[in-house]
Amino acid sequence: MDFDTIAAISTPMGEGAIAIVRLSGNEAVSIADHIFKGVGGKRLKDVPSHTIHYGHIIDPANGQTVEEVMVAVMRAPKTFTREDVVEINCHGGLISVNRVLQLVLTNGARLAEPGEFTKRAFLNGRIDLSQAEAVIDLIRAKTDRAMNVALSQMEGRLSNMIRHLRQTILETLAHVEVNIDYPEYDDVEEMTHQLLMEKAKYVREQIDRLLQTAQQGKILREGLATVIIGRPNVGKSSLLNSLVHENKAIVTDIPGTTRDVIEEYVNVRGVPLKLIDTAGIRETEDIVERIGVERSRQMVKEADLILLVLNFNEELTKEDEELFETVKGMDVIVIVNKTDLPQKIDMERVIQLANGHPVVTTSLLEERGIEELEEAISQLFFTGAVEASDLTYVSNSRHIALLHQAKKAVEEAISGIETGIPIDIVQIDLTRAWELLGEIIGDTIHESLIDQLFSQFCLGK
Amino acid sequence: MEYHGGSYDVIVVGAGHAGCEAGLAAARIGAKTLMITLNLDMVAFMPCNPSIGGPAKGIVVREIDALGGEMAKNIDKTYIQIRMLNTGKGPAVRALRAQADKFLYQHEMKKTLENEENLTLLQGKVERLIVEDGVCKGVVTHTGAHYYAKTVVITTGTFLRGEIIIGDIKYSSGPNNQQPSIKLSEHLEELGFELVRFKTGTPPRVNSRSIDYSKTEIQPGDDVPRAFSYETTEYITDQLPCWLTYTTEETHQIIDKNLHLSPMYSGMIKGTGPRYCPSIEDKIVRFHDKPRHQIFLEPEGRNTEEVYVQGLSTSLPEHIQRQILATIPGLEQAQLMRAGYAIEYDAVVPTQLWPTLETKLVKNLYTAGQINGTSGYEEAAGQGLIAGINAARRALGKEELILSRSDAYIGVLIDDLVTKGTNEPYRLLTSRAEYRLLLRHDNADLRLTDIGYNIGLISEERYQKFLAKKAAIEKEKKRLQTYIIKPTPEVQEVIRQAGGSELKDGIRAADLLKRPEMTYEHIQLLAPADEDIPADVVEQVEIQIKYEGYIEKSLQQVERLKKMENKKIPEDIDYDAITGLATEARQKLKQVRPLSIAQASRISGVNPADISILLVYLEQGRIARVSNE
Ligand SMILES: Cc1cc2nc3c(=O)[nH]c(=O)nc-3n(C[C@H](O)[C@H](O)[C@H](O)COP(=O)(O)OP(=O)(O)OC[C@H]3O[C@@H](n4cnc5c(N)ncnc54)[C@H](O)[C@@H]3O)c2cc1C
Ligand SMILES: Nc1nc2c(ncn2[C@@H]2O[C@H](COP(=O)(O)OP(=O)(O)OP(=O)(O)O)[C@@H](O)[C@H]2O)c(=O)[nH]1
Repeated sequence: MDFDTIAAISTPMGEGAIAIVRLSGNEAVSIADHIFKGVGGKRLKDVPSHTIHYGHIIDPANGQTVEEVMVAVMRAPKTFTREDVVEINCHGGLISVNRVLQLVLTNGARLAEPGEFTKRAFLNGRIDLSQAEAVIDLIRAKTDRAMNVALSQMEGRLSNMIRHLRQTILETLAHVEVNIDYPEYDDVEEMTHQLLMEKAKYVREQIDRLLQTAQQGKILREGLATVIIGRPNVGKSSLLNSLVHENKAIVTDIPGTTRDVIEEYVNVRGVPLKLIDTAGIRETEDIVERIGVERSRQMVKEADLILLVLNFNEELTKEDEELFETVKGMDVIVIVNKTDLPQKIDMERVIQLANGHPVVTTSLLEERGIEELEEAISQLFFTGAVEASDLTYVSNSRHIALLHQAKKAVEEAISGIETGIPIDIVQIDLTRAWELLGEIIGDTIHESLIDQLFSQFCLGK
Repeated sequence: MEYHGGSYDVIVVGAGHAGCEAGLAAARIGAKTLMITLNLDMVAFMPCNPSIGGPAKGIVVREIDALGGEMAKNIDKTYIQIRMLNTGKGPAVRALRAQADKFLYQHEMKKTLENEENLTLLQGKVERLIVEDGVCKGVVTHTGAHYYAKTVVITTGTFLRGEIIIGDIKYSSGPNNQQPSIKLSEHLEELGFELVRFKTGTPPRVNSRSIDYSKTEIQPGDDVPRAFSYETTEYITDQLPCWLTYTTEETHQIIDKNLHLSPMYSGMIKGTGPRYCPSIEDKIVRFHDKPRHQIFLEPEGRNTEEVYVQGLSTSLPEHIQRQILATIPGLEQAQLMRAGYAIEYDAVVPTQLWPTLETKLVKNLYTAGQINGTSGYEEAAGQGLIAGINAARRALGKEELILSRSDAYIGVLIDDLVTKGTNEPYRLLTSRAEYRLLLRHDNADLRLTDIGYNIGLISEERYQKFLAKKAAIEKEKKRLQTYIIKPTPEVQEVIRQAGGSELKDGIRAADLLKRPEMTYEHIQLLAPADEDIPADVVEQVEIQIKYEGYIEKSLQQVERLKKMENKKIPEDIDYDAITGLATEARQKLKQVRPLSIAQASRISGVNPADISILLVYLEQGRIARVSNE
């Protein structure tokens, strides 16, 4: 059979120190070779089958080294899929695995559908016929799960952003179409190259913005940036620990982020949180205090949610009041901790300062109040009070690959406009961009163009 | 009295635009064909716009011609005006539109039918089909005549249980007060066909002598000779103009005030109308802010004073129609000749058809035209041609013909119908075609003449001419691809004149032609050919070279899809026996019964996982089949 080359991360995300990018298909070796720099200029094309090679993954676009890797080359037919298979073993954690996958995808591979490696193994006769049913179950299960994941990821800003972009393109397309299909209508403004250029550039800019958030790897996984603040010793670390303890942490210790900030990823009642404890800053206070304070301020500024911790056992200080001041206008949950100790805090004042934000009392020591806190978090999220200020969701490889392709299509449209290609031909590339963006949110039904056409313009006989 | 009326290879029911193509194609292929229609004076009648072509539709007419159909030739003989549309845009969206002499068009078509060797033309009303064991064997008319045939094509347009509506008046009727087809509709239901109720409408007609044209703008035809058919050599030069005027604020007030009298809003009309042909009352309601709407005045022919008022389609009561007309500049004194009306009718849900247009329910029975849920003469004719070809080929024991989406707009049309169905009367639009750069007006012959020839609808003489044209195109392309233009002062001058930047080095003529400011004429100056290159060859060379990159991109897409297109799904596959399909996908697959994986993937509700699962089954060769025992 003749298939294109597919690729995917084949180790479960976040599990294990080594992640593998696996390629399968006719082009597997040449694609890997294109981004691989072995010791002594060794080319993967020339190596024997079933051998493993040390080297670096290089971004051919700019020559930058992306990752130190071991690459296994296995040629057809003695492979799992009975096609050429390349496995790139990465050490650097999720960020770099993702980058390697991106490179593979931008250099000619297609992201594998769920279960596709197995499917190929099956179609190429590697798997026994009697296993057909199992394969089907696998395809079904994985697809459903992928769809669920995709759906939950798509809540919120990214999908809105993409919908908005698509709508912009769609209106433009409808405009072009109406000029074509109803040339006799003089009251519809003629779409010009100039107008089209404006739209195309706007779209490109927006896609770029989305891609930037992804490329920075600023936030690897989807999650609301949640910063825990409070005076020393109020129980910030304890809070983080108990949230993590209650809710299985997804990833610990993200390389590449600063050592003095602790980040944990947890899932609180379906709400993905990236917990950021600024505790570490305190410890280095005497060395680079100013930098530290500056950084924690910055962190607070970029946060989606603030957990402000107070001590039940102490009176409110000026510092506490200042904290309230800093987080004004943000989404805040106030936590009054250490309720197992005698009350010294003025709760009325706390509630007044909280100014409508939820106030939860806890004793982290005795593990009380955590339920309520979790409830408050999920309330905030599901009533839509909190919005991710980062476009965190574009961390998904599939999304990034599609965004890249969409951008390429828009760029082709732009260069078409620049060289004076007729609008109805330039439109082909714009339509492509529209479809690619649609794939991100799972919506590619062509009919919507026709719907748009007739709702936007008055046509008839 | 029941009697045996005769035996044929193919019977075509209806002589509208679909029927005419079906009958002619079948007869010309060599099938002994009977064509039965309600009224022989109404052959190829245009109940609405006296016009053929337009974007997408005009390209269909060219395709019909390249396949050996009649519509193009017939309109070339009878137009009163012809124009090329979208000349300011790219080659993919250019299209011809002609205003027809409505009566002449019918007469010419009737003459062609009458003179066709294998074709018998008969007036009559088909009320029943003869169906035995799920196979169609013939038809029965209202006079009791039984006609037998190997295959039957039904093209009864808007006649099935037709009902005309004007204001609060509603009566059983075919278009333009012709008799409706009620029994046939009931019979189709009895056979188990699912029918839907659609609606369309037409504007009033007025007497030309009562129009004050000084208040309107003239819309002349093109002054270059143009034709739809590749075979046409004589052009009608004496063209009649159309005229443009607008609705006014008064028009809108009258409509607003009388909206409650419109059957559209009173709930009297139940059928779904097409969004692209809204009535004037629809337009005013939906686009209330628009201060005016265009109205085109189109003569219905050379020997009549009747004028079609395009843009004023309505089913408001007749007296309101009169009031509306009086508010339009130029029509203040207009004499109403026929009132506009809406018509409701039954259509067959088209997912009940194979892409050959044969019904899944009854073997050897085909349907084509508006009965399949489309709207438009060209859409009808395109389907008629394909149904006629397939009915004849079945009767003669030959392989059937299916055009793909990358072959023709006709392919797009039929694939959309049988794969997705439609919930309103379906009209072709250029945006429905994903490969419209390949499906151009200019290259219809290159796309389809081979097919037409192989089927036996293109004459040897025409085919030889076509082959010569093709060779000439290739030769000239090759020449330009190898000819090097040197940067001499004369060359630089020509380029400068054209507004381009000077050459730094020698350049291949083809590459220079790719520059946006360069045309073939410039290249002709810089790289003269030794022989005279005909205009149609020049056109192809220019388009093919200029848009090479884009054309290539489209071709690659087609190529990719071909793989899926080539993965055939057996007709007797049992979807119930395939585990893992999602419920919705299973239902849709069972209904549509796609012939290839590509078609399956176009069905809404069938997602990639379902396609994967289907593939697994197909590749495995262990397909679950419906057991016939
Ligand atoms: C009021 C009206 C408005 C329209 N407006 C538009 C428009 O704005 N734009 C557009 O594109 N299209 C419009 N159309 C549609 C267009 O006219 C049709 O799509 C086209 O004519 C369909 O062609 P056809 O061959 O399928 O059917 P028709 O042209 O309707 O032909 C049907 C044929 O079947 C014959 N017939 C019917 N029943 C029987 C029977 N029982 N036995 C024997 N013969 C039978 C009839 O005599 C006739 O010859 C309109 C149609 C109507 C009626
Ligand atoms: N009694 C009591 N003690 C608590 C509670 N929560 C935390 N503590 C204790 O308070 C001390 C400080 O807790 P941490 O979680 O380290 O506080 P922190 O805010 O992170 O402190 P810094 O890192 O110094 O900023 C520890 O000794 C905890 O055991 C509580 O609910 N009740």
